Amino acid sequence: MDKKKFGIQEVVATGIGTALFVVLTTVQIPTGIPNTALQPRMAVLAFFAAVFGPIVGGIVGLLGHALGDALFYGSVWWSWVFPEGVVGIAIGALAVKYAVREGGFGKKQIILFNVVQVIANAVAWIVVAPVLDILVYAEPANKVFLQGVAAWGGNIVIIGILGTLLLAAYAKVAGKSSSLTKEN
Amino acid sequence: MTKLLSYQEKDTWIHRLCGVTKLLFFLLWCITSALTYDTRILAAMIAISLALFAMSKTEWKQVAGVFKMVLIFMVLNVVAIFLLSPYQGCEIYGSHTVLFQWFAGHDVTAEELFYLLNVVMKYFTIAPSIFIFMVTTDPSEFAASLSRVGVPYMASYSVAIALRYIPDVQGDFRRIRNAQEARGIEMSGKAKLKDRITRTASIIFPLLFSSMEHISVVSNAMELRGFGKKKTRTWYAQRKLQAGDYIVLALSVVFTVIALVITFHDGSRFYNPFAG
Repeated sequence: MDKKKFGIQEVVATGIGTALFVVLTTVQIPTGIPNTALQPRMAVLAFFAAVFGPIVGGIVGLLGHALGDALFYGSVWWSWVFPEGVVGIAIGALAVKYAVREGGFGKKQIILFNVVQVIANAVAWIVVAPVLDILVYAEPANKVFLQGVAAWGGNIVIIGILGTLLLAAYAKVAGKSSSLTKEN
Repeated sequence: MTKLLSYQEKDTWIHRLCGVTKLLFFLLWCITSALTYDTRILAAMIAISLALFAMSKTEWKQVAGVFKMVLIFMVLNVVAIFLLSPYQGCEIYGSHTVLFQWFAGHDVTAEELFYLLNVVMKYFTIAPSIFIFMVTTDPSEFAASLSRVGVPYMASYSVAIALRYIPDVQGDFRRIRNAQEARGIEMSGKAKLKDRITRTASIIFPLLFSSMEHISVVSNAMELRGFGKKKTRTWYAQRKLQAGDYIVLALSVVFTVIALVITFHDGSRFYNPFAG
């Protein structure tokens, strides 16, 4: 398992995770604040990153965002595609620590996961996305930082609630099947 | 749910190109469109992409739904820029020509309107190229051609699976949503934020868990057939790069270089009609 980091299961998880992310592109929960909606697909991205690691998380974020934008919205906003990959990679970097597939997603891991996701989202949406917007698209600074902060707020809420719930539920199911131990 | 763009088999020279040729063209096109604020280049790009769109024999109904989304996002973005930063254009072009006064702090200037025109043009350079790419590229041929240009086949296969499963996952999504609605869980309407999240969760949970099921079934099946055993693999849908592909690639590179040279030759990425 540790020898082959990107095995068959990761190949398939990347593919189906991306498909899931793309399909959920248009599923948005309005918050009442104009132009800010919670995006359940972010919870799914966090889930795949936390379960399968940084490579799967990164590709699902990048490919999912680019494809989802292209298929549903007909425009790819590249300065927001890359931060999505940053979120996936950053959350996935500590995948081993969350131990979701071993059924060990307890209080300590939940706190760790949430600390990581808040930081990852801050870096992605308050730093990377606005800076790329300004450099690449020459958009006004105050507008892109406002958008970035709004996206950060929405994403940490949806990942914090829905993402955590999904991981906790999956850890329970996945943990059950690992009652067998390897004989030496 | 909006109807999304999907591949449709037709026989035009654009359909016959390799998927990877179209991808490289598309990426170069995006880079050029993102970097240039030269209005003349943007106008040329719109003309070219509309011509290509016509040649791809794409019907309007294939893209009409998505085109509406492009327009909605474009209008939102333009309005947001004007409200939050009404003098962005003046900063860029270094002059201040008030056309008429609107409300406090939001005089309408010629520079801002010209800047916003460029922003709008950018949308229209990208949208047709996305439509062309999505409706003329066969997903399985695309994955095969990715591996041909050096993308590891494990990664190409992920892309193939993603494209293959989007319709399936979408079907699952619809079934689950209908089932939940039949049980009386209203998906729209005015409810508290907490209730909205719970309702969405009642779709996401079964959808995610059935996807995890898919993952283990598909990866077991692939393992049984020995996937990943060898360093290379062959592809059923693989096509060789033809003369047409090389011509398109060469033209794309030439166009990108020319466009960027024209854009940057005066040291600024903006075309300034207000100077002098």
